Amino acid sequence: MLGKLDWSAVPIGQPIPLIAGAVVLVAILAVLVWVVVKGHLPYLWDEWITSVDHKRIGVMYTLLAMVMLLRGFSDAIMMRAQQAVAYHSQGYLPPEHYNQIFSAHGTIMIFFVAMPFVIGLMNLVVPLQLGVRDVAFPTLNSVGFWLTATGALLVNISLVVGEFARTGWLPFPPLSEATYSPGVGVDYYLWSLEISGVGTLVAGINLVTTVLKLRTRGMTYLRMPMFCWTTLATNLLIVAAFPILTATLAMLILDRYFGFHFFTNEAGGNMMMFMNLIWAWGHPEVYIVVLPAFGIFSEVVATFSGKPLFGYRSMVLATMAICVVSFMVWLHHFFTMGAGPDVNAIFGIASMIIAVPTGVKIYNWLFTMYAGRVRFATPMLWSIGFMVTFIIGGLTGVLLAVPPADFLLHNSLFLIAHLHNVLIGGTLFGAFAGYTYWFPKAFGFRLHEGLGKAAFWFWLTGFYVAFMPLYVLGFLGMTRRMQHYDVAQWRPWLIAAAFGAVLILIGIVFQIAQLVVSIRQRAELRDRTGDPWHGRSLEWATSSPPPVFNFAIPPDVRGEDAYWAMKSRAREQPLETGEPDYEDIEMPRNSPTGFVCAFFATVMGFALIWHIWWMVAAGLIGAVATFVVFAWRDHDEYVIPAAEVARIDRANLAERRALSYSWSA
Amino acid sequence: MTDATMTYPGSGQLGIADAAAHAGPASKRIVTGYGFWIFILSDMVMFSAFFATYAVLLGKTAGGPSGRELFDLRNVAIETVLLLLSSFSCGLATIAADTRSAKWFHLAMAVTCVLGLGFLAIEGREFASLVARGAGPTRSAFLSAFFTLVGCHGLHVSAGILWLLTMMAQVFAKGFRADILRRVMCFALFWHALDIIWIAVFTVVYLLGSAA
Repeated sequence: MLGKLDWSAVPIGQPIPLIAGAVVLVAILAVLVWVVVKGHLPYLWDEWITSVDHKRIGVMYTLLAMVMLLRGFSDAIMMRAQQAVAYHSQGYLPPEHYNQIFSAHGTIMIFFVAMPFVIGLMNLVVPLQLGVRDVAFPTLNSVGFWLTATGALLVNISLVVGEFARTGWLPFPPLSEATYSPGVGVDYYLWSLEISGVGTLVAGINLVTTVLKLRTRGMTYLRMPMFCWTTLATNLLIVAAFPILTATLAMLILDRYFGFHFFTNEAGGNMMMFMNLIWAWGHPEVYIVVLPAFGIFSEVVATFSGKPLFGYRSMVLATMAICVVSFMVWLHHFFTMGAGPDVNAIFGIASMIIAVPTGVKIYNWLFTMYAGRVRFATPMLWSIGFMVTFIIGGLTGVLLAVPPADFLLHNSLFLIAHLHNVLIGGTLFGAFAGYTYWFPKAFGFRLHEGLGKAAFWFWLTGFYVAFMPLYVLGFLGMTRRMQHYDVAQWRPWLIAAAFGAVLILIGIVFQIAQLVVSIRQRAELRDRTGDPWHGRSLEWATSSPPPVFNFAIPPDVRGEDAYWAMKSRAREQPLETGEPDYEDIEMPRNSPTGFVCAFFATVMGFALIWHIWWMVAAGLIGAVATFVVFAWRDHDEYVIPAAEVARIDRANLAERRALSYSWSA
Repeated sequence: MTDATMTYPGSGQLGIADAAAHAGPASKRIVTGYGFWIFILSDMVMFSAFFATYAVLLGKTAGGPSGRELFDLRNVAIETVLLLLSSFSCGLATIAADTRSAKWFHLAMAVTCVLGLGFLAIEGREFASLVARGAGPTRSAFLSAFFTLVGCHGLHVSAGILWLLTMMAQVFAKGFRADILRRVMCFALFWHALDIIWIAVFTVVYLLGSAA
């Protein structure tokens, strides 16, 4: 009846997962009770859960990422604590638990922090920057978000029901095959990623179509803000790379569930094929999470330097070059496979070449700042911290791209230091910069600057204290994923790294405090102009938060930096006082399709993990039926009458005319 | 250098419009079709992963039967004819939808459905007979790759038939509404794309597989 599921799946005898799971459960229940008792449920359902508004969906993606960051960071600090104490001892985490923690840490940080963070920011900002009213497929957008949430939920269910994978964040066979990993851990991994992978693909298709087909009048390709370009590149990579992940994990599923022989030791299976396939997705994935960050830095650096982005066209070229070359370097993840010197040399050179467009970008940001009036607001601090940190990470990456060096450093902590150097210094700093920069656009008030700066400095120093020792440890020969060790030389460095993790923890506490304090002081931090940073692109041309239709009248773009140009014109000639001709606006209706579909996907995923076949069928039929019901509806749009549009826009314009354009020239 | 303004039609403060510039968001039909093309491309990327796998594992028969011993090209030829004909009738259904002829639309879609079911029946029989002969997907890596690649195409055809029936029901119940016509267009794109993939399956799996 319940497949492999019974009471032994609940970790009664293991205090750490039990307490962690219980705390999370109590927290979720407390929030649910609070929502229901306070009567917020109808609001949440109508305004958020069923919303197909790209801004709301973007906010929900970002929120998911930040919550999961807490989970991923808990794993991280547990690992740092373990390695700090596990010298000549077992530490406090038994091996099978430690293995789950490092696997969950990587999986969560990549798939449920980095991905939803960047997809959330792209969702929130890109339609506004393009001057349009929504993304190409609003309901599918909601489906994509909720499927991602399903994946995150399944990973977290594994904390209290069963176990998570012990195979690392990529489940390399034959270890991940049923023979060596008979438990449900790898199955949790596989199904949560298959389901959230569908969500990511949907988001990718949606955003590619949005950028290519939905731009306001006059928004030619070479007038798009840089963030739109990196969004295009990122989502092209998603569309081209995620199907490979889906196929690869499907093959591993077939191996595990039905005894196929893709990657097994026997009957002709080839485990190195898994390495090739997974990294053919995995390397583009690196650029999927870092390119949006490059876009964010481009926006932030230009805005806070008060100058147009230096070398806009070279930046576009560099972005697209990275997009293409990222598909030609995957083999550098396993130089040690034994492909031979010629193959290794080609992939080594390709990996070094990709540093060239990245270098172009760094110089462009530096030259944008050069002779600019740089304002050191929090988003700009993250950007400068990024530039310094990412150069170090990039250079150690070039070092790893040299095959002979890689033979020594492969799977050592040097590699771990490098990848955290680029992922934290690149993607995460970018996400935080974007979060601070666009928060006022999403909610209508700014985040507290002082606490934001404190968070930045603790994150930055914490990062260096936590990860620079890992470079040293790599040179000292320490391999990754060690549950205990007996080399005395390593210990001081590991203690230093643990101390760095504590500094990062303080940074995170400041970030939480920043959010709480900002919400409490939202009246003082209110942004009534819609343009708190003296921005350059169209998202600042509408109110904060924008009305559901974004723009009452579609903007007409006649050059780069569209909004900056509008403001310049407004200074030179008196503001136009005539009333525009408002028209009725059609907007997509809210739909519970995404939520219901994800509910069934969760049921199906859980049932597949535990081999509960009748429940699999029920979930599948439910998901398909949801789509048929959705396809059957007759009214998928509603009309906002011109009078209502006029009322909203007049209020916005009045406020703007009273306050805006007060920036000194 | 840079220049832009809010267009307030009729307000007379526009300046000179850039006639050569981008005209604004595309129509719904174009957006839907374009998005669906992107989906099809992503689907083809997924298939190429299975094709690459098949190519790697082609000779890995683990002492079991190879493609030359297993494949019945006559069967495959019939499958190919059925699928290509179904693409033709699917094309007719598109024309019927364009001319708003419900009768011809339903007829052409029904023919497409029957041809698709015929294809699935032959494929199902082939799979069953292979399993019965001890050449199931668990026999060797080669057979794992074969069943997965061909079966994935078969799953797509099955999903296509479910979609086809839904479209027939929608046109029957609601007529040729604009949104339904967009779905019919996407369905047609999907069905033709499956043909393209089948051509590759036919060539890479069956023709090259029989020669190997």
